[in-house]
Amino acid sequence: MKKTKNEFLYFAFRNNKLRIGVSIVLFFLVLAIIGPFFTENEPLDFVHRGAPVRPFTSREYLLGTTVFGQDVYSQLVYGLRATFIVGAVGGGLATLIGVIVGFTAGYRGGEADEALNMLTNIVLVIPTLAVLLIISAYLEVRGILLESVFIGCAAWPWAARAIRAQTFSLRSRDSVDLAKLSGKSSAKIIFTEIAPNMMSYLLLVFILQFGGATLNAATLDFIGVGPTEGISLGLMMNHAVSHSALLLDFWWWFIPPGLAITAIVGALYVTNVGLDEVFNPKLREM
Amino acid sequence: MSLQVDNLRVYYQTLKGDVRALDGATFDIADGEIMGLAGESGCGKTTLAHSLIRLTAPLRYVEGSVKLDGEELPIADMEKMDAFRFRKISIVPQYAMNALNPTRKIGKMTAELLASKGARIREIEPELRRRLDLVELTQDVLGMYPIELSGGMKQRMVMVLSTLLDPSLLMADEITSALDVSTQKAVAEMLVQFRDRHFVKSMIVITHDISILYQVADTILIMYAGQLAEKASTKTIIGSPRHPYTKLLISSLPQVGVKVAEKRLHGIPGTPPQLLDPPAGCRFRARCPLVFEKCVEVPPFIEVDKDHMVACWKVPGKNA
Amino acid sequence: MLTFFIAVTIDWLIPRFMPGDPVQSMLGRVRVAHPESVEAMRGFFTNAFGLDVPVWQQYLNFWAALFRGDLGISVYRFPQRVTEILLTAVPYDVALLVPAILLSWWAGNKFGAYAARRRLLDNTLLPLGYTLTATPYMWLAILLAWGLGIKLDLFPIAGAYAYDMAPHWSLRFIGSVLHHWFLTFASLFLVGFGGWAIGMRNTIIYELEADYSHYLEALGAPQKLVRKYAFRNALLPQLSGLALQLGVIVAGALVTEVVFSYPGIGYQLLAAIQNQDYFLIQGCFLFIIMGVLMANFIIDIVFVIVDPRTRRGMTGETA
Repeated sequence: MKKTKNEFLYFAFRNNKLRIGVSIVLFFLVLAIIGPFFTENEPLDFVHRGAPVRPFTSREYLLGTTVFGQDVYSQLVYGLRATFIVGAVGGGLATLIGVIVGFTAGYRGGEADEALNMLTNIVLVIPTLAVLLIISAYLEVRGILLESVFIGCAAWPWAARAIRAQTFSLRSRDSVDLAKLSGKSSAKIIFTEIAPNMMSYLLLVFILQFGGATLNAATLDFIGVGPTEGISLGLMMNHAVSHSALLLDFWWWFIPPGLAITAIVGALYVTNVGLDEVFNPKLREM
Repeated sequence: MSLQVDNLRVYYQTLKGDVRALDGATFDIADGEIMGLAGESGCGKTTLAHSLIRLTAPLRYVEGSVKLDGEELPIADMEKMDAFRFRKISIVPQYAMNALNPTRKIGKMTAELLASKGARIREIEPELRRRLDLVELTQDVLGMYPIELSGGMKQRMVMVLSTLLDPSLLMADEITSALDVSTQKAVAEMLVQFRDRHFVKSMIVITHDISILYQVADTILIMYAGQLAEKASTKTIIGSPRHPYTKLLISSLPQVGVKVAEKRLHGIPGTPPQLLDPPAGCRFRARCPLVFEKCVEVPPFIEVDKDHMVACWKVPGKNA
Repeated sequence: MLTFFIAVTIDWLIPRFMPGDPVQSMLGRVRVAHPESVEAMRGFFTNAFGLDVPVWQQYLNFWAALFRGDLGISVYRFPQRVTEILLTAVPYDVALLVPAILLSWWAGNKFGAYAARRRLLDNTLLPLGYTLTATPYMWLAILLAWGLGIKLDLFPIAGAYAYDMAPHWSLRFIGSVLHHWFLTFASLFLVGFGGWAIGMRNTIIYELEADYSHYLEALGAPQKLVRKYAFRNALLPQLSGLALQLGVIVAGALVTEVVFSYPGIGYQLLAAIQNQDYFLIQGCFLFIIMGVLMANFIIDIVFVIVDPRTRRGMTGETA
């Protein structure tokens, strides 16, 4: 039975988890895109001289200032941009590599599968964050794209595994056997039989990767091996901790960035579950 | 009277509404009777079996009563039914090959199941072993994991397990469907043995394969699209059926020794109606060669002869 | 085994390819101006660090030293040996990670299974669990440190024990260690807990819909038995999940240690990176790898013991 697009959209809009998750992510995305237009302050500039400002007390510094007189709101919205970029690029790259590795392994099977499996397992087991840490530490200048690439190269095994499993189950479906019997070429089979069913799954995988990349980026930034220029949410937390925000009770410095990340990643996870329900009728609640 | 079912209605809840899978079933089964339950896929036979023993979402109880050995079965109440399950009513399910916990040794699982029902394994064990012999399973099976058994062996194990406490009524749901012909015969004969040795009192054998029923069943109940069509002794159903559907069904069965050149096989043209919003009255009327105006009313399932029930306006009752 | 070999090789390779010269940094620190002395010192350090032999020989030396348990000399904490430094850090990590991992896995699983039964609990667990597992480790650590440590002043937020104490066996010392340990442990525990609870809840719902569960229900087995079987079967994928998560948990421990200045391997690694200490970095990484591989190995063994399907081999048929 072919699922019509309309049926998907119908369930998509009714699904609570999907609605909540997507709303939260969209909220932060919008904030990231247009937020910076509401302030004239660059995130790292020491714009405010004088005593640090508490949040919600001043029109210019909506979220207050840091110990050094930087605008926290500005840091937050610019940091959000960085977060979304890394999440998208890093997550996208991981998904892409995962597709290549996982699909090849799943579709071809045999030796290719074994070899790729071994590769996947090795990269999986090694705490790649540690590797990233070390590599990142040694480079003098690091850009945001570089960080995304690193994260993508470290996170792909998760995607590869999931995609491989899905490829296996799709490959052994009767429709594929039928297509093979009728002499369709491999490429055609892939595109017409397997790909459409895979698309929805890929979306789920990408969402998870996006969330994971965001978390990884935040962690790297927090340790101090993130991009050397610009600001990010993890970096905000890094500054906060190393400049005694905890002891000075500057809660507005470290709570917003962490809250933003938690909210975005949490929303992504919930969206993932919701989407799974939409795509997989068996999971739908009565 | 072993089993009495009166006007049982059980529907499936779906997002689009209720599927009227079992719409008014009334019949009896006597002590010691093996009743075959036959019909096309989707006619409601498995729904009937599940309604009797595990009526839970997405199934919804609408109305009707079921009495076993004179006692009312609280089929709509999952908890209250526990007292009856396994001891009075039992089932060998369609998924018997997957019904055993894959991470538990079979003997251990049996012991735990019995203990949880308040039965003592020590007392039952000798009988268990006797029955394993009967179905030609080695005693070692108790120490194995399900993965070590073949499909057929697992099924026989489930047969033994389900009948271990000598239930009054056993339902066997499509237990021969996945087997080869010679194993089918062996399993069917085992079923009869179970009844002859009084392991079970009565049985409902559900299948779409009438030839099996010919071998083992005393009576056959034919269902169509959630309604009952005809119930009579096996001999009558096969030899002299009276419901138009049954007649077509029997005549569409291939006979050994008859060549196609002599007598062509006819199927029954058309398909069963959708049960989400079924047509009023007799659900077979769209395909029935005898259809007339009265068929838009549901024909009652009445006795047309001794122990012969039919639901068709064209077949007059005994008192007509 | 292969994984170990590759991992160690990577470990050895990375510092080599990175810019930065340990000898140079040592010389920089010592601040000797006289050129002859500089040359002599350079020679000394190069020799001490084993850098005066060709690269391939360095690699072999590394393996040899490894088997002797010698991981070289730390650069920034010269002349302390790397092995020494790490061995003092390991107990803190073990004390932190082992309970955090085991307890969060066990508690999370139990809780998730429990929540799967009660609608009400489920509705509060789900959002809570997702939130916890989406929380970056260091932010939770920061929150705990700020909330419980500073605002409520219940726990200390730095170090492994009070600054005015030296390690010794006494109740006071142990108490101080536990006091300092708690928040670090708590933040690792909570994030893990959220993840496992959610995972178990989903897995157990799946198991409760399996054929064997339905069969038991049809035979009138009490819910307790059905749930018991479902739970045990659901633990299996959770166990393999644990093996996969180890890398993530270790990374989490790393950042958490940074927030609390807790002297585990993570903390040492960071310090090593900041000071460009080749050997210490290598050593830390090696310890981390070994720990993860060992844990993986243990889990593999446990898995075989617990799942009869892997044990009894593939001679059975697929039903």
